[in-house]
Amino acid sequence: MENKNKMRLTFDSLSQNESFARSVVSCFALQLNPSISEISDIKTAVSEAVTNAIVHGYSQGLGEIILECEIDGNKLHINIIDNGIGIENVDQALEPFFTTREEDERSGMGFTIMKSFMDEVKIDSKKGLGTKVYMTKVIKTDS
Amino acid sequence: MEIKYKNYGRSLIVYFYGELDEYSASETKNIVDRLIEDNLNSDKVVFDLSGVTFMDSTGIGLLIGRYKKVRRFNIPIYIQGASVATEKVIEIAGIYKIMPKI
Repeated sequence: MENKNKMRLTFDSLSQNESFARSVVSCFALQLNPSISEISDIKTAVSEAVTNAIVHGYSQGLGEIILECEIDGNKLHINIIDNGIGIENVDQALEPFFTTREEDERSGMGFTIMKSFMDEVKIDSKKGLGTKVYMTKVIKTDS
Repeated sequence: MEIKYKNYGRSLIVYFYGELDEYSASETKNIVDRLIEDNLNSDKVVFDLSGVTFMDSTGIGLLIGRYKKVRRFNIPIYIQGASVATEKVIEIAGIYKIMPKI
């Protein structure tokens, strides 16, 4: 049977919404009957992308973050979109431990974690226009 | 996030409870730093993460930051009790190389 479903949510770039965002995605993902480990991976990756949008994308002021999820078969696609300042050099941002905010004790591991914990990660960023993070998790446990 | 602590002899054990992310990091950092500053006669610090229900890379930044701070006083930091999910985040950043697991 075709397994398709989607949701879309917009929320303010406030750090208290990180917990909200990862909880919403994990609840939505439950219909794929994921393992505890898969849910943990998804929550962590969502938290990383939302943190980036808040801390970096909207470093100059409050903005809106769009969270989209789509289930397609056993795949969960998650898009996290901001209209913030964008990433100047995406290749550099993807390097482990690279951070532009070391003075804030940023680890620079956000994208490394997203890439390790998800099956696919794509970043589309334009300076001054914002950043879109597309992630996919293949749920391997059978529902 | 809630922080508790105990002194066992000259060891300072710091217990972390709750979610460690961008929202909770700043306050957590201040509390842990104050605890360490009040216990500089300790010969080791142990971070007990068994109560951590979620941690992302903001937690890595916090742990590395405390390591850098405590290193100046020549006090080693150890980590105990991390869940499977927390450990996955810790290991990806190689944290156990500087703050060994006990």
